Amino acid sequence: MFAALIRWLDERLDWDDLIAPLRHKTVPTHRLSYWYFLGGITLFLFVIQVLTGILLLLYYRPGANEAFESVQYIMTQVRFGWLIRSIHSWSANLMVFTAFAHMFSVVFLKAYRKPRELTWISGMLLLFLVMGFGFSGYLLPWNTLAFFATKVGTEITGQVPIIGKPMMIFLRGGEEVTGATLTRFFGFHVAVLPGLATLLILLHLLLVQRLGMSIPPKLEVQWTANPSAKREMKFFPNFLLRELMAWYVALGVLGALAAVFPWNLGVKADPFVPAPAGIKPEWYFLFMFQTLKLIPSKVWFIDGEVLGVLVFGLAGLLWLLLPFFESDQPSRTKGWITGLAVFALAYMAGMSVYGYLAK
Amino acid sequence: MAILRNRLRPFSAARYAGLAGFVVLAACLGYGQTKNSCLDCHSALPDPLGVSQEKFSQDIHAQKGLTCASCHGGDPTSDEPDKAMSRKAGWKGKIDRKQIPQLCGTCHSDPAYIRQFNPSLRTDELGQYRTSVHGKRLAAGDTKVAVCTDCHSVHDLRAPSDPRSTVNPVNVANTCARCHSDAGYMKGYSIPTDQFAKYSTSVHHDALAVRGDLSAPTCSTCHGNHGAVPPGVDKVQNVCSNCHTFQAQMYDKSSHKAAFQAASLPGCVVCHSNHGISHATDAKLGTGPDAVCMQCHAPGDACDQARAGFQKSLTQLDNAIKSADHVLAVAESSGMEVSEAKLGQDQARDSLTKARVTIHSFRTDLVDQDVQAGLKIAAKNLQTGKEAMVERNHRRVGLGLSLIAIGMVLVGLRLYIKKIES
Repeated sequence: MFAALIRWLDERLDWDDLIAPLRHKTVPTHRLSYWYFLGGITLFLFVIQVLTGILLLLYYRPGANEAFESVQYIMTQVRFGWLIRSIHSWSANLMVFTAFAHMFSVVFLKAYRKPRELTWISGMLLLFLVMGFGFSGYLLPWNTLAFFATKVGTEITGQVPIIGKPMMIFLRGGEEVTGATLTRFFGFHVAVLPGLATLLILLHLLLVQRLGMSIPPKLEVQWTANPSAKREMKFFPNFLLRELMAWYVALGVLGALAAVFPWNLGVKADPFVPAPAGIKPEWYFLFMFQTLKLIPSKVWFIDGEVLGVLVFGLAGLLWLLLPFFESDQPSRTKGWITGLAVFALAYMAGMSVYGYLAK
Repeated sequence: MAILRNRLRPFSAARYAGLAGFVVLAACLGYGQTKNSCLDCHSALPDPLGVSQEKFSQDIHAQKGLTCASCHGGDPTSDEPDKAMSRKAGWKGKIDRKQIPQLCGTCHSDPAYIRQFNPSLRTDELGQYRTSVHGKRLAAGDTKVAVCTDCHSVHDLRAPSDPRSTVNPVNVANTCARCHSDAGYMKGYSIPTDQFAKYSTSVHHDALAVRGDLSAPTCSTCHGNHGAVPPGVDKVQNVCSNCHTFQAQMYDKSSHKAAFQAASLPGCVVCHSNHGISHATDAKLGTGPDAVCMQCHAPGDACDQARAGFQKSLTQLDNAIKSADHVLAVAESSGMEVSEAKLGQDQARDSLTKARVTIHSFRTDLVDQDVQAGLKIAAKNLQTGKEAMVERNHRRVGLGLSLIAIGMVLVGLRLYIKKIES
C-alpha cells in the first residue's frame, strides 16, 4: 500500500529526483559532530512552539480584561491545557537557549566563514526573532511580572536616540503599557514574527542544504592533506535518525519540566500598583538589563542608559556582520574572533548570574 | 559719567546693574518686617532663658507671624533692655504656670481670630481643659498638673500633624508618660504609674508605633486630650465602641452587660484589661493561664459548657483553615493552579474573625452560624487542594509512562542505526 503510494507520487512528482540531494548529502563525522544537532533541536522546538501555540489560540483571548482569565482557564479547566501551556513556555525558553548555543557553536567551529555568510546572517536574524518571540509572548498572560517587564523593556527601547520615542509608542500602542500594548504584542507574536521566522527558516535550511555542513578548519586542513582520513555519514537516514533521537530526548526533557514544574501564572497585572521590588526580565535579557543598571547615569556628557542601548545595538550589528571581518583565506584562523566569542559568552553568562543574584 | 559718555564696558555695566538689583531686592525683603530684639539677647542666654533663632523658627506661631511679644508683651523694636522689657510697654515676663491656659486661650478660644490661620481648628480647648482633672486641679492651686506648654512644648511648638510634634499621635504616649510614669512626680496622686509600661506591651501600641497605623488608639483616644479624665466604670464600653462597633453591639444585647453593671464591673476591661490590652486569642476562652471566663464562672456550670463549646468551634474552624492552607501551599509549590481556592481562604478567615466578634454576644447559636459558614468554605478549598494533589500525582505517573515510551523509542532507534550501519 505504502509502496504503491510512493510509486504513484513518483510518477507525478519525480520523487526520486526530488529527494536525490538528501540521499547524496553527507555529514562530516568527528569528535565535535554533536554540535550539528543544535540547529535541528532548535527547529524541533520551533515546531513544538507552532503546534502548542495553535492549541493555545483556541482558548486564549487577547485583552486586558480577558487575557489573564483565559490563561487561568487554560491552566485549570481545559483538559491538558496546563500541559500545552507549560510545554509552550518551557519550549520557548529551551529554544532561546539552544538558539544561543547553536550560534556560539557556529562561531567556535568557524562555520560562519565564506561561503556561509548568508547562512550566518539568516541565523542571526532568526536569533533576534526568537528573542522578539520571547519578549512579545511574555506579556500575553497579562500578569504583574509580565506587565512591568514590558514596561521596563519598552522604556529601554525609548532610550534609543531620535527613533526611540516613536518606536516605544509604536510598541506600546500609546504612551503607556495598556490593553492596546497587549493586542499589539499578540499580533506580533502570532502573525508578524511567525511569518518572518518561517521565511527565514526556509532560507536558512535551503542555504544549509545548498552549502553542506561546515568542517572545522583544522580538520579540513588535515582531511585535505590526507583524504583517506575523511570520515562522514549519510544525512539520510543515518544523521536524521540520530537527530530524531535528539528530538526525542528534547521531548522527554520538555515533558518532565512541564509535568514537574508547570509554568506559573502569577498574579493578574494591575497598572495602578507600584512595580514589585527587584523586578527582572526573562533570563535571556538579564545580561543587558544588569549592564544597563551598572552603567553610571552620566558617562562624560552622554546619558548612561542611552550609551548602554547604543553599545548593545552596535555590538549586535557588528556580530551580525561577523563573517565579513574574517580573512579571505579560510585556512588562516583568526584567534581574535574566538577570543571575542569567549569574552562575549563569559560576559553574558557572568552578567546573567550577577543579575539573577543581585537584589 | 561713564554711562553718559557711553564708554562703560559691557562687563562693568552688568556688574553695576546686578549691584543695583541686589540693593532693591534687599530693600523689598526688609520692607514690612518687624524688628524682634528679644532674640538678639535670648539666643545668647543659657537655659532656661535661652531661645535660639533656630528653635523659635520651628514654632508654628513664629511661622504664622507671631513674635515673643505676642505672648510676653514688651517692645521688641527697642534695642534697649529697659525699654524692651518695661511694664509700661506691657511686658509680662515669665508667664506664671497658672496663667498659661488662660493666656493660650486668649487666641485659641477666639474663633474669629483662629479662623484667619486655620478655619478647621477647634476653639473649645480652654473650656475642655477646665473640665479635665488637670484643669480642675490647677484651678484648685495644684501647679504640678499639666498645662498647655507641658504637652505642646514651648518656643518650638509644632502642629500636631508634624511627626516631630510632642502631640503627634505617635508621640502622645511618651508625652503623657513624662509625668504619669514618673513615680516620684506622681507621688501623692494615688494613681498607678505603670500605664505607659503596660501600654507599650499592648496590641494598640503595636499597631500605632510598630505598624504605623495612625488610627490606632493612644492615651488621648480613650481619655480625651484637653478634657482628659479617666473614663468612668460604666462608660468604658462607650470608649471602646468608638472603634470596636460590632463587639459593642453584641455585648449590648448580651446577658453580661446587665451582670457587669450590677456588679459595677468596667465592661470590656474585665476580660481585656485596659492599658496592657494583648492580642485576643482563643485561649481567653480556655482554662489555661490566659483564660478569663473561669475568673467568674464555676467549672461545669452552663456558662462553662458554653465557653467550652465556643472554644471548640473556633479551634475547629481555625484548624480547618490551617489544613486547607497547608494542602493548597503544597499544591501551589508543586506548580498547581489553586489561586481561586487560595483567594477563597480569605472568606473562611473572614468567617473566623466574624465568629470571634460574635463571641461578645455569648450566644452559641450565633457563633455556630458563623463557624459553620467558615467550615463549609474551608472544606471546599481543602477539597480543591486535595484534587490538585491527585492531579499532580496523575501528571507524574503520566510523565513516567511517557518517559518509558520515549526511552523505548530511543533504544529502538539506536538498535536500528546500529543495524543499518553494521
